[in-house]
Amino acid sequence: MTAFLLRRLAYLTVLVVVATVVAYFLAATQLNPRSRYEGRNPPPPPAAVDAILDELNLNDKTPVIDRFTRWAGGLLHGDLGRTIDNTPVSEEMSRRMWVSLRLMLLGSILGTVLGVAAGAYGAIRQYHFSDHLITVSSFIVLAVPTVVLAVLVKNAGISLNDLLGFTGETKLLYTTGEITPGLDSWSLAGISNRIAHLALPTFVLMSGAIAFYSRYQRNAMLDVLGSDFLRTAQAKGLTRPQALVKHGLRTALIPMATFFAYQFALLFVGATFTERVFGWHGMGELFVESITKNDVNTVAGVTLFVAVLVLLAGFLSDLVYAALDPRVRV
Amino acid sequence: MAERASSQILSEQTDAQGDSDVVEAVSRTRLVARRFLRRRPAVGGLAVLALLFAVAYLAPFVTPWQYNQLDTNAFLSPPSAVHWFGTTQTGFDMLALTTRGLQKSLIVGLVGAVLSTALAAVVGAFSGYFGGTLNTVLLTIIDLLLVLPSFLIIAILSPLFRDHTWLVFVLLLAAFQWMVTARIVRGLTLSLKEREFVAAARFMGAPAWKIIVRHILPNMASFLIIDATINVSSLILAEVGLSFFGFGVQPPDVSLGTLIGDNAGAALSYPWEFYFPSGFLIALILAINLVGDGLRDALDPNAVFQGRR
Repeated sequence: MTAFLLRRLAYLTVLVVVATVVAYFLAATQLNPRSRYEGRNPPPPPAAVDAILDELNLNDKTPVIDRFTRWAGGLLHGDLGRTIDNTPVSEEMSRRMWVSLRLMLLGSILGTVLGVAAGAYGAIRQYHFSDHLITVSSFIVLAVPTVVLAVLVKNAGISLNDLLGFTGETKLLYTTGEITPGLDSWSLAGISNRIAHLALPTFVLMSGAIAFYSRYQRNAMLDVLGSDFLRTAQAKGLTRPQALVKHGLRTALIPMATFFAYQFALLFVGATFTERVFGWHGMGELFVESITKNDVNTVAGVTLFVAVLVLLAGFLSDLVYAALDPRVRV
Repeated sequence: MAERASSQILSEQTDAQGDSDVVEAVSRTRLVARRFLRRRPAVGGLAVLALLFAVAYLAPFVTPWQYNQLDTNAFLSPPSAVHWFGTTQTGFDMLALTTRGLQKSLIVGLVGAVLSTALAAVVGAFSGYFGGTLNTVLLTIIDLLLVLPSFLIIAILSPLFRDHTWLVFVLLLAAFQWMVTARIVRGLTLSLKEREFVAAARFMGAPAWKIIVRHILPNMASFLIIDATINVSSLILAEVGLSFFGFGVQPPDVSLGTLIGDNAGAALSYPWEFYFPSGFLIALILAINLVGDGLRDALDPNAVFQGRR
């Protein structure tokens, strides 16, 4: 078993390395960091541009293999290189990682719990009005792209502010950023300000998660509801709600483990659209900006980060499986 | 072949029920069609889809404005008799832009879905049927593509299709869509290749590719059809996401994604610029999902139906 796990780990590590190398070469050959200095008025001297690009390891006059060797050498010492703005890539990423986490944590947890609850409830009340209501609403939410949902929720928030007379500086719900600049993060005012900023994006993330999980959880629960062990559990004296929770829900949660694990891992990068619409400077934004700014080292860094997360998610899903399904624990 | 095999299974099932009534023999296709038509949401979805197709391809003949045609007398005009959906800041007709975008989304979704499902079917079936080194190589490629962030890769490569046709874009989208399906196809192939009819074909001397194309793939046709339907909506959404950030369909061409991306900021002040493309997109995705759901139920041999089948 250990040998198998180790082999698996080695294989996945190789995959992460290959993926990062592929991303580096693609970015280094396709993106053009020099364009940042072109078309400036007055044009900077070519020698100066070359010197800057050399320092950042972004000069397209250096053969790509040399640039890669230098970058990979740094990576072995834990150095992800420098961004096009001449700051360390790792610093940028670790700062934005927490922004993304603060944005997504609440929405994901609420969305997962409520989605699972709604799906399980819908399955128990199959073909009743509440089941139809849950099914129809999740169908509609799943058909609305996150971008559109985010814009709709943002505009609804703005309208609500206007309607309730919050037209000044202080608003009921904020639609841009994390916190009003200048507020102390941990004072009472700061925390309530943060919550007012977080409410709308959390709603967006939550509705998507609820719609997604309730569909899957309903199917998983329906499969379990007809099973013999549930009837046996009631026959040995459990009430129906007890049997449903202890034996039904727990069994129905097992196939969902993979989704949980991947969602947990992608917490750090999964909200690109929500970040853009609500103006949060998280990993998702870095993702997009690294390409528009021709920032080769950041592209490679972000790819490495995502690849490692996907890897961890695979392992995490195995762990959750083991926790929920006693048959896996040998 | 698949049709014959499955209708045989069906006739066995009806025999097993032992009804004294004479059971009408129904072909697989008619059975599926009948089950599909009994689902009202699915039929509604199909109707909406047909309507959207008609709007996308017929509206340019009906409306006086084309998507690349400026009306210099109407900037940012709200919906009116002349411009039913209003105009943009530069005087483009929103109706013409929306129908053009709808065309693009439909094509991207359909072409991409067919490509990605076909690729998944071929790779999965070959890797499952032949096993060995080919299997290892293909599985490694699948794992690698799953680890690579597709959004990032397509975005990096977007300058490639900036000057060329959007077909490159569709190819790229499809190239990152097929991996999970290919794995499932591989699993199905592993069990199918042990079946008697495959062994019979092999003993008759049929070449491997012929066995795959004529015997293995037709037997998972239901799964492939459902997968392709799901892929249509996820590809349309992927296109919207990429185009929203400017990495997808490139100007002067438009798609629903570019329209939504360009006008997301104008949703409050000039709502017609945002809500018409978004509304069409939502209707499109909803219709496709409903059709996919109906197909899944209609094609599933284990689905329980009340009354006659």
